[in-house]
Amino acid sequence: MRASRLGWAIPAAVVPVLMLLAYGFKTDPHEIPSPLLGRPATAFSLTTFAGAPVSLEGLRGKVVMLNFWASWCVPACYDEAPALERTWREYKDKGVVVVGVDIQDKEEAARKFLAEFGHSFPNAPDPAGRVAVSYGVYGVPETFFIDRKGRVRFKKVGPLSDEFARQHLDALLKEPS
Amino acid sequence: MIPELGYGATVAALVLALWGAIAAAVSARTGRAALLRSGERAAVGAWVLITACIALMLYAFLTFDFSVRYVAINTNRGTPFYYRITALWGALEGSIVLWSWMLSIYTLIVVVQYRRRQPELYPWVLAVMLGILAFFLLVMTIPAPPFERLTPIPADGRGLNPLLQDSGMITHPVALYLGFTGFTVPFAFAMAALIVGRTGEEWITITRRWTIIAWYFLALGLLIGGWWSYHVLGWGGYWAWDPVENAAFMPWLTATAFLHSVMIQERRRMLKLWNLSLIILTFGLTIFGTFLTRSGIIGSVHSFTQGSIGIFFLGFLALVLLGSFSLLASRVEHLRAEGALDSVVSRESTFLLNNLFLVAATFTVFFGTVFPLLSEAARGVKVSVGAPFFNLVNIPVFLALLFLMGVGPLIAWRRASAESLKRNFLKPVLAGLVAAAALRAVGVGNGLVLATMALVVFVAGTIALDLFRAVRARRRTGDGWGDATWGLLLRQNRRYGGFIVHLGILVVALGVAGSQAWSVQTEVTLDKGKSVELAGYHVRFDGLSASEESNHAKVTGAFTITNGRAGSDVLYPAKKFYPQDQNPIAAVDYRLGFFEDVYLVLGDFATDGSHATVKLQVNRMVSWLWLGGLVLTLGAALAILPEARRTA
Repeated sequence: MRASRLGWAIPAAVVPVLMLLAYGFKTDPHEIPSPLLGRPATAFSLTTFAGAPVSLEGLRGKVVMLNFWASWCVPACYDEAPALERTWREYKDKGVVVVGVDIQDKEEAARKFLAEFGHSFPNAPDPAGRVAVSYGVYGVPETFFIDRKGRVRFKKVGPLSDEFARQHLDALLKEPS
Repeated sequence: MIPELGYGATVAALVLALWGAIAAAVSARTGRAALLRSGERAAVGAWVLITACIALMLYAFLTFDFSVRYVAINTNRGTPFYYRITALWGALEGSIVLWSWMLSIYTLIVVVQYRRRQPELYPWVLAVMLGILAFFLLVMTIPAPPFERLTPIPADGRGLNPLLQDSGMITHPVALYLGFTGFTVPFAFAMAALIVGRTGEEWITITRRWTIIAWYFLALGLLIGGWWSYHVLGWGGYWAWDPVENAAFMPWLTATAFLHSVMIQERRRMLKLWNLSLIILTFGLTIFGTFLTRSGIIGSVHSFTQGSIGIFFLGFLALVLLGSFSLLASRVEHLRAEGALDSVVSRESTFLLNNLFLVAATFTVFFGTVFPLLSEAARGVKVSVGAPFFNLVNIPVFLALLFLMGVGPLIAWRRASAESLKRNFLKPVLAGLVAAAALRAVGVGNGLVLATMALVVFVAGTIALDLFRAVRARRRTGDGWGDATWGLLLRQNRRYGGFIVHLGILVVALGVAGSQAWSVQTEVTLDKGKSVELAGYHVRFDGLSASEESNHAKVTGAFTITNGRAGSDVLYPAKKFYPQDQNPIAAVDYRLGFFEDVYLVLGDFATDGSHATVKLQVNRMVSWLWLGGLVLTLGAALAILPEARRTA
């Protein structure tokens, strides 16, 4: 009798370990807060694929969603691309500008990407990668949310979802300008 | 087209594996032979379909079919031919395909080998193996589909992770997965034995060679992983106690414990419960390893994938552990030992200690690996556990294991007399002490090296003494030295195969201790034409050159090395710039030597080539790790030779 009860202790001992591992799903070891949060966003001025100038300075007073991407960034940039365009269409008349910055890319492939997804928001190449470096971009895609005062407020690493964009843009839009 | 074909083959294989598992289990219960044959045909069918998946995936890689998401992620038009093949297992989805394929092959071998020989256990073995195969095929169907379609089709793919573009990546994952999947066979036999209620030594005897094979491939995978880390990552080390390394190391430790403790069961009919627990634990740890590397719950230098796959693996892990340990608990009455421990000074107790230490090492590695999780759960603090913790707790354990390695094989079963202890161990102990004293006398002050050396000489001494006595005994039958030795190795191949494996471990141990204690490094910025000196080597910076490779740009430095003894040599460490990676990747250059390697890593440089920073390392005894791996291979090969040779 004693032996058999002892035997059941083994499967019972497994349970807390499994629970600990399950807890692991609630955490993200890669989620490291950006030191830029709350600080003024670094100024930049680039020329879009369409040939128009775009600079952070020129967007002061608007909420900016700055998205770093590349055409070779399979699949994450492909996954989030439709959400970017949807967000732009939903928010462009509410005082939000979506800006795409294409890093370390070939122009032809980048143009094909933009055409495929029909991106209509300003999109500029960052050939020397200076903007990406100044924002501490580690990998693409990364998206920065900049408030009306020009401060970096949120950062999203990895593909952006409609919900995430909506939630954070709404929060920034509610703030007094 | 490829995505649809591949997905279809995956689903069909899943259906077949499920059907086969159910058919085999029902036939085991009812004895209906037709069902069992159907299960076997399902196993063959699943193998054919998974092979087709591999062929389709290779075809997609070779033709740059970027409509397959996995292909677009892991290759681009510049990827060399050779890495378009290894890209197959360069990421999660393809690795699971490879895993399933190996598992299906192991299943077929089991079918061929045991369908007639083990009529009672075999149906359950087949059911368990096909059930496990079905799980992996389920992973291929839902959370990690390798043939998922990508729309729109990109003009070019992202390309294989540059760190994986190395020859080590052909063999490392393959060896590791052969090891991981190999443990499915003993696990399946253990489960069958428990279900049928034949919990004696039979399942162990049948699966012994399987366990050695799996154990060997895992060891090989670990060593090749070390080699990859050493010559690709550019930090000059081979082991970092990274969670992914630990994940592969833990099942190896428990399997090592198992390989030893089964001898006690075979000989003394003890430890039945323990052995079953060890094999369940080993198999569970292989699943845990995959869970850990693929769920993203713990940070690691290895890139992790996140997604629902972790939940599948955790669910499967729970099923495996709870299911098999519950089965074990329900059979506990049958698992009583028939023998008993007679004396503390005996081979049994030495093996028990060996098991205790190996399991303790497994536990500390496990604890260190999941500690960040534990800390966050209990205190809400993110921490990471580094090499110092693992070294601190494991070095004494491994030294103790080395000592037992010398004692275990020679000490008598049941009870060792003082006389036999003296006869077997006095000379080796003295030899070990003398070796350490001699090293000390020539100025070696490092305690770890001295202790390791003493133990290594002691263990090698016991092996040499035993072999010498056995050969001398055989020579009385008239053989010469060579014939006597050779005959002995073949006739007692399991014993001497084990000894050779031990020698391999000793060589690895010397490599680890020596490289930890004696390696030196320096990092300097050199103007063109200037030199740096380290440990007798003069390294002169001769200049930089840039080149454009098929899928990356490369800046190569030329450094002339002279060490006074031989002539000069030029090394070309480089930096590779892959478009898909922000940070350049170092391409190490090195000259391997028996006692020391010269190892150069290019750091920052002036674009005009006027100066460059270089990290120069002189790594001692690292080659012994790879040599130890060769010795290990010989020993394992000898140990798995068919038993029939013993009585021939």
